[in-house]
Amino acid sequence: MEALVAIAIGVLTAVGLYLTLRLRTFPVILGLTMLSYAVNIFLFTSGRLTQNRAPIIGTGETYADPLPQALVLTAIVISFGMTAVIMIMAIGGFLESGHDRVNMAEGNDEAAEDRA
Amino acid sequence: MSLALIAALPFLGALLPGLMIRAGRDACAAMTGSVTLLALVLLGLHAPAVLSGEVVQTRIEWLPALGLNATFFLDGLGLLFAGLILGIGLLIILYARFYLAKSDPMGQFYTYLMLFQGAMVGIVLSDNILLLLIFWELTSLSSFLLIGYWKHLPEGRQGARMALAVTGGGGLAMIAGMLILGNIAGSYDLTVILQHKDAIQASDWYLPALILILLGAFTKSAQFPFHFWLPHAMAAPTPVSAYLHSATMVKAGLFLMARMWPVLAGTPEWFWIVSTAGLVTMVMAAKIAFFKDDLKALLAFSTVSHLGLITMLLGFGTKAAATVAVFHIINHATFKAALFMTAGIVDHEAHTRDLKRLGGLRTLMPITFGIALLASLSMAGIPPLNGFLSKELMLEEAAHTTWITPWAMGVLATIGALFSVAYSFRFLAHGFLGPVRSDYPHKPHDPGPALWGAPAALALLVVVIGLFPMASVAWLVNAAASAVTGEAVAVKIYHWHGLEAVALWMSIAAVGGGLAMLGAYPRLRAIWDAAPRPEAKHIFDGIIGSLAATARASNDALHNSSLSRAIAVAVLAIAGAAALAFSGGMHLPGSRDLMPVPPLVAVIWAVMLLAAVAVPFLHRERVVALILVGVVGLLIAPFFVLMSAPDLALTQLSVEVVTILLMLLALNFLPKTTPVESPASRRLFDAGIAGIAGTGIGWLAWEMMTRTAAFEPISHFHLAQSKPGAGGTNVVNTILVDFRGYDTFGEIIVLGIAALAIYALSENLLRSPAVTRRLGLMRPEREAGDRHPMMLVVSTRLLLPMAMMVGVYIYLRGHNMPGGGFVSGLVFAIAYLMQYMASGYGWSHARQRYDHHVLIGWGVLIATLSGAGAWLFGLPFLTSGFEYVHLWPLEEFELATAAIFDLGVFLCVLGAVLLALASLSRLALRAGEVVNTRAYDIENPGEAR
Repeated sequence: MEALVAIAIGVLTAVGLYLTLRLRTFPVILGLTMLSYAVNIFLFTSGRLTQNRAPIIGTGETYADPLPQALVLTAIVISFGMTAVIMIMAIGGFLESGHDRVNMAEGNDEAAEDRA
Repeated sequence: MSLALIAALPFLGALLPGLMIRAGRDACAAMTGSVTLLALVLLGLHAPAVLSGEVVQTRIEWLPALGLNATFFLDGLGLLFAGLILGIGLLIILYARFYLAKSDPMGQFYTYLMLFQGAMVGIVLSDNILLLLIFWELTSLSSFLLIGYWKHLPEGRQGARMALAVTGGGGLAMIAGMLILGNIAGSYDLTVILQHKDAIQASDWYLPALILILLGAFTKSAQFPFHFWLPHAMAAPTPVSAYLHSATMVKAGLFLMARMWPVLAGTPEWFWIVSTAGLVTMVMAAKIAFFKDDLKALLAFSTVSHLGLITMLLGFGTKAAATVAVFHIINHATFKAALFMTAGIVDHEAHTRDLKRLGGLRTLMPITFGIALLASLSMAGIPPLNGFLSKELMLEEAAHTTWITPWAMGVLATIGALFSVAYSFRFLAHGFLGPVRSDYPHKPHDPGPALWGAPAALALLVVVIGLFPMASVAWLVNAAASAVTGEAVAVKIYHWHGLEAVALWMSIAAVGGGLAMLGAYPRLRAIWDAAPRPEAKHIFDGIIGSLAATARASNDALHNSSLSRAIAVAVLAIAGAAALAFSGGMHLPGSRDLMPVPPLVAVIWAVMLLAAVAVPFLHRERVVALILVGVVGLLIAPFFVLMSAPDLALTQLSVEVVTILLMLLALNFLPKTTPVESPASRRLFDAGIAGIAGTGIGWLAWEMMTRTAAFEPISHFHLAQSKPGAGGTNVVNTILVDFRGYDTFGEIIVLGIAALAIYALSENLLRSPAVTRRLGLMRPEREAGDRHPMMLVVSTRLLLPMAMMVGVYIYLRGHNMPGGGFVSGLVFAIAYLMQYMASGYGWSHARQRYDHHVLIGWGVLIATLSGAGAWLFGLPFLTSGFEYVHLWPLEEFELATAAIFDLGVFLCVLGAVLLALASLSRLALRAGEVVNTRAYDIENPGEAR
């Protein structure tokens, strides 16, 4: 079981990173979503894997580690907030500039002109 | 406490002008002045104790572990400076009331002024050097605001920037120097440091610390070669120049040198650096002042020169010289502030400060002339005024100090005094004497007593101190000089030292030479104008420019605005560092028992992996990619169920639904496909990077999971205390709302801020004409036949109350069973979103009674109140109410406090999710989506189009 989880974490990370290396905003955001899946599972497994030992007092002798679960729970909610913010930024970028590239075009660097 | 109050009063007072300005300018000035007066009175109450030799102290522990405490102390030196700052501050507030024009925002001016005053008082009262450094930097910042007060003037902005760069930079150096001193002495308390003279002067770090601290003091007090910023800071309004650049801020450097005098002075290094810098500054600045035509520029260079004089005296390192330095600080503050205010009056009345356009003001402005006459004669060192007394003493000290040769110091000091006489007389002669002219920009006459009152009071002091030095200031000089030198000082100030006193002859030579110089002014001026001089501003601008260019070049080289490259570099660097760290350490093979694979999990795993691996190949069709990502996300939920994490499963499921909805909505405004841009080699390279990182993370996870933790997990505490301590059996929930309630509190605020940021961003987009145009063009090419199908509408209506009931149920059971505010909020959000989907945003929104912002606000407020409720019981913020369960009648309340907090979480999550999605929907409305008037389209499809 541990091997399966480790492989899943690895694959999700790799796919997520590959997508974040793309040149358009939407794949980058999808990639970040995939990465946050991987990170959340990774954090969760730091409590080690257990079966049928939900941390509800009175349901058994020993329990799964509740602390990583609590951390991951908030992380899931926050990653939604983060995704929503970068999504509106991506939309804004596209609507303002007419393209959805993540890299600034070389030679026609508006920000550089502003600085000058 | 009262010392801390004195330092805090101006800061509190800084809040008042903004409020009081609505009641008029007089009320505003009176209010500001009364705060300063109150601080002055409080200071005065301590004066008898300080004068009798006591040191008043106040100590407030803040971060004792770091040695950072709010400790204040008041000795003679502190009393002198605090008195100057508050006393002259009071006069400046009065003067500024009538100096500023109607169009100048006066509330702002007084706020800045009070901030500055508080920072200055803080410097002179601080006992802790870290605290002192904070106040020190605050003076740089507040003076930046004051110098740049007239924002429309480019000189004002440039002068403010230069002052900030120079004094702020010096302050940074000083921080390092002070920390070194603190380390040598083993304490950050000044009173302790001042007792470690031998340890500090014997240390190898003495010279670096000395240079760093002097950098701070010299930049602040405009000593050569950092003198150039002060004349440029004269772009400030005159009250600021009079206050900051003559009486107080520029003396902060002198204060620091005087304060550190007991531990730093007395060494050859101190003597050579400090007295040389002071001497050079004094002579050079006095010479420049003589040739300045702008009244304020003349006074500015004269100030630099006098600061140099005091620095030089401190540099001598003798008790007598330090006493003279203290005396001259008082005298200079009185005559120079009066002169600046006089220059301001001339500017105010004649509309010019140019000596070439002035002259003859003696008959037109007799009162102003009288004040200027007394103050500038004092500046020139003419008996019996106070400037004469301290200048005589200074010349006496200089004459008996050996600097390179026995006579060099005396000669140069006489030359400095000579220049000083020359520019003082030129100020009078070219400004006030001579015939009345007919071409002033504005016909000058004396202003009302409100404007000349403040300088007149100072001119009176000039005379009183000059005539009766022993009665008027000797006590203050004694107290301050005793504090500086650490020994009891009993100063004796005379007007007449006898014919054998060398200072008398030096004085006579200076006055004679100065008058001769004034007489030869036209010829000297021609030589001066012909001689080439380095312009400090150009040099400064060049240095700043080249620094900025270097920074930009290195920044451009490191960062070429390519996100992909930055990510690739970062990932490779992290992977490399991790590999290095892992290969360098030692580790044992994992010993933990592996878990068997349940068949169901194997199936889920295979489907999830398949979906994940398919994404890179199919991601150009964005809808397909989104669905695949959704599949992956949803399948993580059953994984959590099987791995004993029901709460996570619920959260993951509901968040996933909301996320996919958000992305689908967003895809409306983005291209639906991703073009092929990068070549195959680049894609292969990216895949390689991703593969390396994925392998590394997967392997790390494997290594972690196959081992037991090296330390006992802290969650034993949570498991044991969940029921007795927090009153709930669901440990994940009790951690969220009780044990780690503060984290959750912060998190819901972050979530609320994120949602508000989304709202603000979309609002901004809707205002941009380019965006509106583009949205208008974005008509959907193809629409579904039924935009609001009846089946969907009816079923979501039916589902709404059921979903809400589920939500309430999940919320209520949360403390003991899987569930809670997070999940419940998401369930509610989904129930609402279904209505949006079925009947359209516009239709649903029109029927919604509360704004989403309000939900977020109430959520945070309820969570805050439930946490603050613990204060009523004298307990820390967010203490759970379970403790009071057995006390009647609180039994009903005990379960409530955690549940109320969870209610706040619920409302905040609900509001945030809805606000985020609603913001996107508002863009859709702008894009031309028609608001339907009916819930569904079946009756009259034409209406919805």
